[in-house]
Amino acid sequence: MTEQAIDSGERPAILARAQQKVLGAPLPRVEGPLKVTGAATYAFEQAPAGTAYAAVVGAPAGAGRVTAIDDAAALALPGVVAVIHDDPRIPAGEGNSRAMPAQGTDRIFHHGQPVAVVVAETQAAAREGASLVRVHADPAPGRFDMETQPVRRDHKLGFLPAIEIGDVDAAIAAAPVVFDEHYATPVHFPAALEPHASTVWFDGEVLTVRSSNQVIGGARETIAKAMGLPAERVRVLAPYVGGGFGGKTGVGPEVILAAIAAERLGRPVKVALPRRDTAYLVHHRSATVQQVRIGCDHDGVITAFEHTGTAAQNDDGGFLEPIPFGSLPLYGGANRRFRTDLVRLDLPATGAVRAPGEAIGTFAVECAMDELAERLGIDPIELRRRNEPDRDPTNGKPFSTRRLTDCYDEGARRFGWPDRVPAPGSVRDGEWLVGIGMAAALRGNFTVEASASVRLGADGRATVACDMTDIGTGTYTILAQTVAEVLGLDPAQVDVRLGDTDLPRSAGSGGSFGAGSAASAAVLACEDIVVELARRMNASPDELVLADGRASADGRDATLVELLRGEAIEAMGKSSPGAQAKKTSQASHGAHFAEVAVNAVTGEVRVRRMLGVFDVGRVLNRATAANQIVGGMVWGVSYALGEAAVVDTRSGRFVNPDFGEYHVAVNADVPQIECHFIEEIDDAANQAGAKGVGELGISGAGAAVVNAIYNATGIRVRDVPVTLDTLLDGLPPV
Amino acid sequence: MRFTINGQSHEAEVDIRTSLLDLAREHLGLTGSKKGCDHGQCGACTMLVNGRRINSCLTLAVMHQDDDIVTIEGLGTPEALHPLQAAFVRHDGYQCGYCTPGQICSAVGMLDEVAKGWPSHASADLEAVTLDNAEISERMSGNICRCAAYPNIVDAIRDVAGATDEVAA
Repeated sequence: MTEQAIDSGERPAILARAQQKVLGAPLPRVEGPLKVTGAATYAFEQAPAGTAYAAVVGAPAGAGRVTAIDDAAALALPGVVAVIHDDPRIPAGEGNSRAMPAQGTDRIFHHGQPVAVVVAETQAAAREGASLVRVHADPAPGRFDMETQPVRRDHKLGFLPAIEIGDVDAAIAAAPVVFDEHYATPVHFPAALEPHASTVWFDGEVLTVRSSNQVIGGARETIAKAMGLPAERVRVLAPYVGGGFGGKTGVGPEVILAAIAAERLGRPVKVALPRRDTAYLVHHRSATVQQVRIGCDHDGVITAFEHTGTAAQNDDGGFLEPIPFGSLPLYGGANRRFRTDLVRLDLPATGAVRAPGEAIGTFAVECAMDELAERLGIDPIELRRRNEPDRDPTNGKPFSTRRLTDCYDEGARRFGWPDRVPAPGSVRDGEWLVGIGMAAALRGNFTVEASASVRLGADGRATVACDMTDIGTGTYTILAQTVAEVLGLDPAQVDVRLGDTDLPRSAGSGGSFGAGSAASAAVLACEDIVVELARRMNASPDELVLADGRASADGRDATLVELLRGEAIEAMGKSSPGAQAKKTSQASHGAHFAEVAVNAVTGEVRVRRMLGVFDVGRVLNRATAANQIVGGMVWGVSYALGEAAVVDTRSGRFVNPDFGEYHVAVNADVPQIECHFIEEIDDAANQAGAKGVGELGISGAGAAVVNAIYNATGIRVRDVPVTLDTLLDGLPPV
Repeated sequence: MRFTINGQSHEAEVDIRTSLLDLAREHLGLTGSKKGCDHGQCGACTMLVNGRRINSCLTLAVMHQDDDIVTIEGLGTPEALHPLQAAFVRHDGYQCGYCTPGQICSAVGMLDEVAKGWPSHASADLEAVTLDNAEISERMSGNICRCAAYPNIVDAIRDVAGATDEVAA
């Protein structure tokens, strides 16, 4: 077992000397043939014989108390097996490693809060049965409107405390140029295409949960806690997960309801949330109101930087959107203020959705920088360059690696960014107004503990295993590449086992820390294998060269199979946060460039071109990493132009909780977006040298589009999405 | 009820309210077709019925007893991929894979529509349809990919269809 904290910031020797040259290559996903043929099975798809169907019954009011539940009509329905509403473990919401929901409560925290579960022989009977359960409530006036509720500054929610450096107010008062604007973003749903689903059964004493979940190690503990079981009696499986985007980081209430049902009925139970229920039983990203205040001189050099905002949470939730998180290290300025205020609402819980903080925080800041650049008459890239800090301006630490200005330069070159940005509204192509915009991207890098086992079999094939999930992130493939790289194998010679809590505990998929931490653990496990192979060669590990299934040292050469002598070598690796995370400021960076066309008559916005250049440390697979980044950029387009969940402030219900009216980007909404990398291996980030990828693409992407819309039309929209009605009044006369 | 799916005949005794999608997934063990919304809004359930792509969640199984139904399982296997399946692997036209069977079935149906000369909203000439990126994007917009692998999906389809490479506004 090689256990190593990330203290030294030195690259593991076996990775530095690796000869196979497969890590980083754009290899096709190893599980690809299963996915394209429908043979990859997700959480609802491999049920044991005799599995019953569960359907969740939700509270009929947004606030108040449940007074009685009448299940007679549901129980009378043919096919209904049970209606369960008396179990004290029924959770009011989602649980995770940081917070458990209230259980067995009659208090209503939000509309649709689970209060009962109906179990039936068929899906149709379960759903119809759920509709027949009469839930009586004593409703209370709910707090559904963020604009009218009190803003609390003194709260303890969230991981990001308020930050105050220097004297922002004095610096702003003294600044020759002051910028001060408000921005707003709406509620966003994670909206993974696979709805939250679980199949639950008892395998002897062990509660087995096949679930659509991003972080199954944490899920195992949460389920055990909620069910009153020791963790050893819970096993979670998630070999394939149909997207997560933060929405599957915790354990949804439907999992616990299905487990209660399986326990009570003594038979397997499965549950999948109907699409519209996902709005209520899955957390969403809070709406935000943000303020950006900047004081600078006439050359744009910032002396005061303030990014504050307000986000919502319900009374049962402990998360708070860290709005200014991405702004902390982004631009210089001696005087700094960052803070997220809280509004309590009686809505479903808010939680982490792809790039919590940055996804919407950089929208505000990157629009603000664009506005400030125009006001100063400075190119927006040049303004950013003038405020590029040489160390983290908030905590004073050196950056581990930071290639942000290189991203600007390379992006500008590839995009053809002009020396002088055309005046807003000045470029016309027929009935289309054409504009360009750019924005910086930044996502903080997290290091998280992760373990993995690697087994080099007697036949020379390797198996790497851990409880990571591959939620579309490419984990199967990058772990095969990592092990192949350091053991000198063809990646096809490496089997990858994931998604089972019986395997070594990983970080799970979330916060963009999965790939780097899991790959690091795999590298460390391979170190032990390399030492053993070297011993068998009578060589020093430092002189052992592994490539193409052969080992050589000191002029001698052998195949791995010969060295293994019929016996497998097994090893464990564990990577954990260390001194580097404390000593350095770590983030992934990038720059987005967009060209949009706005129809001068209708206000329709078309994104014509979009590209980005990104610094993510080591790129583990150029194809899957680029795909993920582009996916994030599409989310940015989607946030800029379409996505907005609308709350009915009278009832606390969502007006548009499905894909018919909550508009996510479709194929025709985006052009052939390009992603390029500036690769500098970041040895301080983790042993693999890889910084986070999955959330970076969304950071700043929406701002680039909104800035381009401004350049096309001269209309500055600070409240996304930019729908037709926000533009029509400002368009030129027809 | 009796059905012909992927050239094989199946018998099932199902509730008359059962959708074609639930028939396949819950009764016949054909779980390749996915349920993303059950509302006809996402396209993950796309199947080919008599050669045409449909949202199988929006149609009742009982209506299709005389039809020729093809699901993703009928197009190819991991060992013998359909050209579009191979192209999706080659171009990384997916991430999580949940929308992928629907995307591929939809693409098969879509290319047949183009071959028949059916124009779309993106067609510049209603009489002579040429398949460029904009046409592919437009015609594939009934299939949501929340991971948003859209550019790679377009590349994969264009690769198989031999479409023109121009990027339209």
